[in-house]
Amino acid sequence: MHSSNTALAEQFDDLEQQHEASSLGMWVFLATEIMFFGGLFTAYIIFRNLYLPAFEAGSRLLDVRIGAFNTAVLLCSSLTMALAVRAAQLGKKGALITFLLLTLLLGLTFVGVKLTLEWRHDYLEGLAPGVNWTFDGPDSHHLELFFCFYFFMTSVHALHMVIGVGVLTVLTIMAWRGKFSPQRCNAVEMSGLYWHFVDIIWIFLFPLLYLIGGRY
Amino acid sequence: MPGHIVPKKLYILVFAALIVLTGLTTGVAFINLGKWNTVAALAIAVCKASLVVLFFMHLRWGSNLLRIVVVSSLLWLAILIGLTLSDVFTRDWTPVPSNWEAQIQQDVR
Repeated sequence: MHSSNTALAEQFDDLEQQHEASSLGMWVFLATEIMFFGGLFTAYIIFRNLYLPAFEAGSRLLDVRIGAFNTAVLLCSSLTMALAVRAAQLGKKGALITFLLLTLLLGLTFVGVKLTLEWRHDYLEGLAPGVNWTFDGPDSHHLELFFCFYFFMTSVHALHMVIGVGVLTVLTIMAWRGKFSPQRCNAVEMSGLYWHFVDIIWIFLFPLLYLIGGRY
Repeated sequence: MPGHIVPKKLYILVFAALIVLTGLTTGVAFINLGKWNTVAALAIAVCKASLVVLFFMHLRWGSNLLRIVVVSSLLWLAILIGLTLSDVFTRDWTPVPSNWEAQIQQDVR
């Protein structure tokens, strides 16, 4: 009988097995996410090769400073998330709440910068396909296609960020109520895996969208 | 206690490496290397992603089962990208046989 240990669900032999099962489930979910974003990346590679000049011009219209800043913000949030998981494993409640809130704040900073400095700016410049497209230079239609990719990929990524912020909010409340202990912190660790995954997607989006058009 | 506990110092070291690589990839984009710009950008991105997966996501201390899941997901991604591109970029390598053109003309009539 395991009734004395509430951290262990009854279908598992021990905490080790329970942890392994959680990790496996999360990694399989992330594998499906890789395939989801993989389809977008494949489409982007194909159209970039078909309309290379337009896609390179599109890259140069994005602000690389904001892109690099947001990359740094997201990397910081990954560090604080990793430290939050560590605090949960060690049973440090105060540190756990602090790091979860820091991660939450950095996540919101990323989405806020994206929304107010980038998307809004692109919209006002007339670089928003289907909503406000006023660019009439050469290759306008192919450039429009680049911006379709840009908006779709960054917004799907931002959607993942918003979901992550929701998860972090729930975790913070749970941590506040003392729901986690060194034996019972799989939820924090698995959410951490998700958060780091979203970071990895941006690690690829940043060079593909902002950098490889050639800035020289 | 399940799960590996990583020293704080290692996390900070990995984070520093990630920031340096971000600076590097941004800097390289401003130098004209021709085709190698894309190669460099992707190589650095793969390095950064590997650091995150191995250390932040604890795969370095993970079981072989988890490693199989990760490697097979990358394998499937390679199939997705590889087969799609091998179709799209080889379509005009072989010309359409001339008698097909004649056949089409005939069908149209």
